[in-house]
Amino acid sequence: MQRYSGFGLFKHSLSHHENWQRMWRNPTPKPVYDVVIVGGGGHGLATAYYLAKTFGVKNVAVVEKGWLGGGNTARNTTIVRSNYLWDESAHLYEHAMKLWEGLSRDLNYNVMYSPRGVYNLCHTLQDMRDAERRVSANRLNGIDGELLDAAQVAAEIPYLDCSKGTRYPVMGATIQRRGGVARHDAVAWGYARAADAAGVDLLQQTEVTGFRKENGAVIGVETNRGFIGARRVGVVTAGNSGHMARLAGFRLPIESHPLQALVSEPLKPIIDSVIMSNAVHGYISQSDKGDLVIGAGIDGYVGYGQRGSYPTIEHTLQAIVEMFPILSRVRMNRQWGGIVDTTPDACPIISRTPVQNLFFNCGWGTGGFKATPGSGHVFAASLATGQMHALAAPFSIDRFYSGALIDEHGAAAVAH
Amino acid sequence: MLHIFCPHCGELRGEEEFAPAGQAHIPRPLDPAACTDEEWGDYLFFRDNPRGLHHELWLHAAGCRKYFNATRHTISYEILETYKIGEKPDVTAEAQASEKKPLAQGATA
Repeated sequence: MQRYSGFGLFKHSLSHHENWQRMWRNPTPKPVYDVVIVGGGGHGLATAYYLAKTFGVKNVAVVEKGWLGGGNTARNTTIVRSNYLWDESAHLYEHAMKLWEGLSRDLNYNVMYSPRGVYNLCHTLQDMRDAERRVSANRLNGIDGELLDAAQVAAEIPYLDCSKGTRYPVMGATIQRRGGVARHDAVAWGYARAADAAGVDLLQQTEVTGFRKENGAVIGVETNRGFIGARRVGVVTAGNSGHMARLAGFRLPIESHPLQALVSEPLKPIIDSVIMSNAVHGYISQSDKGDLVIGAGIDGYVGYGQRGSYPTIEHTLQAIVEMFPILSRVRMNRQWGGIVDTTPDACPIISRTPVQNLFFNCGWGTGGFKATPGSGHVFAASLATGQMHALAAPFSIDRFYSGALIDEHGAAAVAH
Repeated sequence: MLHIFCPHCGELRGEEEFAPAGQAHIPRPLDPAACTDEEWGDYLFFRDNPRGLHHELWLHAAGCRKYFNATRHTISYEILETYKIGEKPDVTAEAQASEKKPLAQGATA
């Protein structure tokens, strides 16, 4: 792998940037791999990278039906935070947060992680009580968090409407200052490049059409490029996980929904943090290009169409204008949808399945991007050893039978 | 925006009047206390989540406030029929497979 550096940039400028190495190979599939990862998004690529780099499993393939990072990795609103209420999820997301902090150096690829602070606004007394509880829980888990009152919020976010005249006046907020944003595409590309350099085969345009089983254990995947054998298979296909499970012969406690986001025309810098509101339900940040990146809730119906309905967008923008009246005349540039796999308790499933040697990492719903490094790391550990990593163990699919749900609905600082 | 035909009101109305309520035709266990953990978990949490035809519950929340069922394609979002609770769908994946029609060109409501 050609290392990136300031000196390299200068050197290549002398040849008009025409001699940069390709970031990854385009290999032909080998007949058999130790581990096959289905799904070449952020989580899948991160899994492959940590398998090869940290856990010494070099004979790995990532099978992707489209192109790398073309699904929800390319469609999210890039927010990174770890201020979850319950211990299980707090530990998992904080594990990811610690990896975010060193990720650019680790991958030799600038993922533009920017800890600019994530505010969660409170508009009711109950919001304030929940926020205080969550910040206290976060601190006990070693996660930074502060509770701000309305005056502090008004001082820190100048354009936010903190007047008493609004329909839902801002009463306070929590702030996680280590939270922020990262460049979503760069995360996929950085992991892909580093995984490829560590020997992982990235197989694009390769769609899994079935799982081959022998005595209740998976022995490989059928694809449009033929059969690929595998000792273990990890499925990381987000919105299409339900479809993958059906191919493997079981059901998941998951429903796939469209989740929409949109960006405005580029503006001068106006918002220097991430601001989320649960009560009026919208969140907003500003990219380095200057466009406002806006998102909110899912469309309520099951959908695989990567698009949603206009009423949902309208509702989102109502919330944004409620918070920032100054933005009421900003024009929106682009709008899109991704397919998110939501679980009943709004927590992921990182688990063994009824099929031996077949593992699923799914159900991240509306909040998977922030967990990318941590999800990949614990899933890689589980695939390498066959034993679920301690941080992943509570997220077993068995919890839907035992009742040990991790109910982050509402608790996780954002409505699901 | 989806235009949805409410079988109770007998009218096509805009999506904003409705609230989707998930997969239809999930019978509540007749004797819940006798269910195993697996049966109860399946009933509560596990869903078909198909990529294709989906029979689902909708509530006409800002209208007659009654529930009804719809058959909708989850990729094209086309609503192929709506029908009252207790009725059976006319458009099903099995029926379409036997007619060998492409999924998106089913009967209309």
